[in-house]
Amino acid sequence: MTLTINGEERTIGGEGMSAADLAAHLGLEGRIAMERNGMILKRDEWENETLEQGDTIEIVQFVGGG
Amino acid sequence: MSVLQIGEKTLQSRLLLGTGKYRTPEEQVEAVEASGTGVLTFAVRRIPLDNAREETFQGLDLARYEMLPNTAGADTAEEALRTARLAREAGLCDMIKVEVIGCSETLLPDPVETIKATRMLVEDGFTVLTYTSDDVVLAKRVQEAGCHAVMPAAAPIGSGLGIVNPYNLKQIIAQAQVPVIVDAGIGTPSHAAQAMEMGADGVLLNSAVAGAGDPEKMAEAMKAAVTAGRLAFESGPIPPRDTAFASSPQTGVSRPS
Repeated sequence: MTLTINGEERTIGGEGMSAADLAAHLGLEGRIAMERNGMILKRDEWENETLEQGDTIEIVQFVGGG
Repeated sequence: MSVLQIGEKTLQSRLLLGTGKYRTPEEQVEAVEASGTGVLTFAVRRIPLDNAREETFQGLDLARYEMLPNTAGADTAEEALRTARLAREAGLCDMIKVEVIGCSETLLPDPVETIKATRMLVEDGFTVLTYTSDDVVLAKRVQEAGCHAVMPAAAPIGSGLGIVNPYNLKQIIAQAQVPVIVDAGIGTPSHAAQAMEMGADGVLLNSAVAGAGDPEKMAEAMKAAVTAGRLAFESGPIPPRDTAFASSPQTGVSRPS
């Protein structure tokens, strides 16, 4: 399906893909957070959060900062 | 030396350290170790999709530290709230440094949005440490908004100028109802010690260590300076005077007769 992830259009995965599947596809783990269409997803909701064509996803991590 | 209490958190070290601008992960690990800090600050940014890895923190056991993410990048209180919530989800941490910049030249905070963001984040359950300028009234306002610590800048972020307005900083400390952490603008250990001697409860710095020729050595120096300044403050220094006051007895001087 086609998603907008961090401002980039990406075709990734297929129908029924969950937020957890997306993270796995992208090889993401550790201290990250995901937002779907403006709603922050709790980590324990990733498994049951089914993504849909055209969703806007933001994925963030900690980086060095003061 | 007394311990530092911020909200529910008890901190053994009064030095808080940023994680930005290190040249290599190795230098960062050595500096963090040498600093003795218990609190590390971070920024929250989009993950690079084609090179996804938890960047720059290899070798650091983050579980040993309190995580203090910041809201840098937010221009409004609403953006700060969103960044803070993402940080909480990512790091499972409830401390947040409110940083809402209002001027790209000076990186001074937007006072209106900073006060609003502080109130919103306190209401959302965060332990809130608010970055402010050295404005005495702004420091009061963010405390009224409920912050758990106020963090006035000594000087502009990354400038290394030290305390440019000691009068204001003294007033902020004298009037504070919550811990005062001097954040930003510290360049050398003497600046850090000066802040602590003035009665600041802690110092947050980043560039001074990360940008030093030998970050590990500078981190050790900053640790010593913060400890020295705090011990001096707690000891009750002598009041300065305009005339001399001899340390040796003025009587009993032996002279040839």
